Amino acid sequence: MEPVMAIAIGLLYAAAIFLMLRRSIVKLVIGLMLLSNAANLLIFTSAGMTRGAPPLIPEGMLAPEGVVADPLPQAVVLTAIVIAFGVLAFAVVLIRRAYEIVKADDLDKMKDTDT
Amino acid sequence: MRPEVALPVLLPLLSGAISLLFWRSRPMQRFTAVAGNLVLLVVALWLFASVHQEGYVTIQMGGWEAPYGITLVADMLSAVMIVLTALIGLVIAVYSLASTGPDHEKFGYYPLMHLLLAGVSGAFLTGDIFNLYVWFEVMLVASFALMILGGEKAQMEGAIKYVTLNLLASVIFLTAIGLLYGMVGTLNMADIALRLHEAEHQGMVEVLAVMFMVAFGIKAAAFPLFFWLPASYHTPPVAVSALFAGLLTKVGVYSLFRVFTLMFDETLDYTQDLLIWGAAFTMVTGVLGAAAQYEFRRILSFHIVSQIGYMILGLALYTPLAIAGGIFAVMHNIVVKTNLFLISGITRRLQGTYQLKKMGGLYKERPWLAVAFFLSAFSLAGIPPLSGFFAKFVIVRAGIEAEAYVVTGIALAVGLMTLYSMVKIWNEVFWKALPEDNLVPEQETVVGDDGRMVKPSLWMMTLPVGALAALSLLIGVFAEPLMQIMNTAGEQLMNPQGYIDAVLGGNVDVSEALIEVPASEEATP
Repeated sequence: MEPVMAIAIGLLYAAAIFLMLRRSIVKLVIGLMLLSNAANLLIFTSAGMTRGAPPLIPEGMLAPEGVVADPLPQAVVLTAIVIAFGVLAFAVVLIRRAYEIVKADDLDKMKDTDT
Repeated sequence: MRPEVALPVLLPLLSGAISLLFWRSRPMQRFTAVAGNLVLLVVALWLFASVHQEGYVTIQMGGWEAPYGITLVADMLSAVMIVLTALIGLVIAVYSLASTGPDHEKFGYYPLMHLLLAGVSGAFLTGDIFNLYVWFEVMLVASFALMILGGEKAQMEGAIKYVTLNLLASVIFLTAIGLLYGMVGTLNMADIALRLHEAEHQGMVEVLAVMFMVAFGIKAAAFPLFFWLPASYHTPPVAVSALFAGLLTKVGVYSLFRVFTLMFDETLDYTQDLLIWGAAFTMVTGVLGAAAQYEFRRILSFHIVSQIGYMILGLALYTPLAIAGGIFAVMHNIVVKTNLFLISGITRRLQGTYQLKKMGGLYKERPWLAVAFFLSAFSLAGIPPLSGFFAKFVIVRAGIEAEAYVVTGIALAVGLMTLYSMVKIWNEVFWKALPEDNLVPEQETVVGDDGRMVKPSLWMMTLPVGALAALSLLIGVFAEPLMQIMNTAGEQLMNPQGYIDAVLGGNVDVSEALIEVPASEEATP
């Protein structure tokens, strides 16, 4: 499973960076979304994938039996998803407002503050 | 229980919540801003006193023991940064009373300011690498909203660059955390430090070190990833600019200090050159960028970049003296840079513009403002006996002792170039006569508390400026005791064992006995 995930994550990163290098601000934001999803998948995968072994402690014992899935990366990914959701919601509103005010979705036309 | 470690995070959150409850009441929000940040400063000094006495103060959140729960830990570096955060918060709150218009206050300016301070404090105090990421995001979201408050065209354009580059840095940071967790199976920074030294793939550790360097480098605005800063910092309302200039990039610098002294101290033969030359180019490009500018806040923005170079140079030289000098530079820069931005706001109020070419004659008109600018600007350039002189002196001396002559020479030359930019502002704004084509606007009027139109008072803007200018002078006069504090901080950073023991509470054996289910073993099918 891990090799497939690794390739998928690599493709997601590549697609995200490609989109972020485009001039359109819409593609920029889509690139950011893909990028944060790629990072979340990467955390999930790099911590190791265990199939069908929830980290439950049987009654009357102090530690789970045998090899179980690591619950921490899942908690971390959950937090990261929520944060990414909030931040990207802001980014979407930002590009909408920017489009209304600048009247262009082209980054090359947003150079007023650069010089 | 050590409440003083958690309070600097909790208090701004509380003030922010109170502000939100009084959403419609401007006077109540303004009162909460000043009172809340005043209490924050008191708590910060309490924390500093505890750290000064004991060396390290920790609190385990929720009572979970160290490698499992989230630890808040304050060493000398954290304590100094927390005091500075609270100080800048208070100064900005007072200044905002006069400078921030009701149209900004109505849309949550004060709650966002509190949230930003909570994020900054949390980043300075946390001992958990993922928690650091969370505090970074708290800080970023608040700063995004503050940056576009008002919604002008320039703000939108600046914000797109600011948001994109900072989110990119966050994702690189998150990616590095993911890979790091895959390697060592823990998120506690002290625990990571122990396990990284035993890691099998030292090559991978170097890759991770560079990923953290890039992520924090973007946030600290280091070369070559600084260009979002001068493209955006001159666009928001001036109190917001000053708050960002004082605190945000320093969180990136702090993280670099923390991560490279604690976790990646063994990769230094590989990363040290990168850091040194990154610092050198940061200093040079920042100061050259400023030389070409004729807009007050843009000059200052480029100088933020340039000064970041000094701080990173302090880290890169990696001797106790150099690190102490780096922290001294952070302290000096937070005070002085914030003050310069605040002064630019006052001159803007007086002359209606940030363009140097259209300003003039302020020395005659406002001699005390000129003195405050003089103190801050020449402190930035490193003229004795002001605060910047000692920051530069210590770093240069550490550079000579470490026999890094080229980069030390660059640091000195950049000091001279800084002086050039500051003299340029001095000449254009204060010294030359007011150009005849400048239509100094009628003093803007605002709606007073009683509903009538009144001229805004300047004293609430000049009071913080005077206080910070005096502080810059005092830092220079009392450099010796302050330098001792910085030396303590430098010693602590160079000997991370103290930090590790403080966080793990000496029960390292327990943590190693309980790692029977590490992630790497599950991964093998």
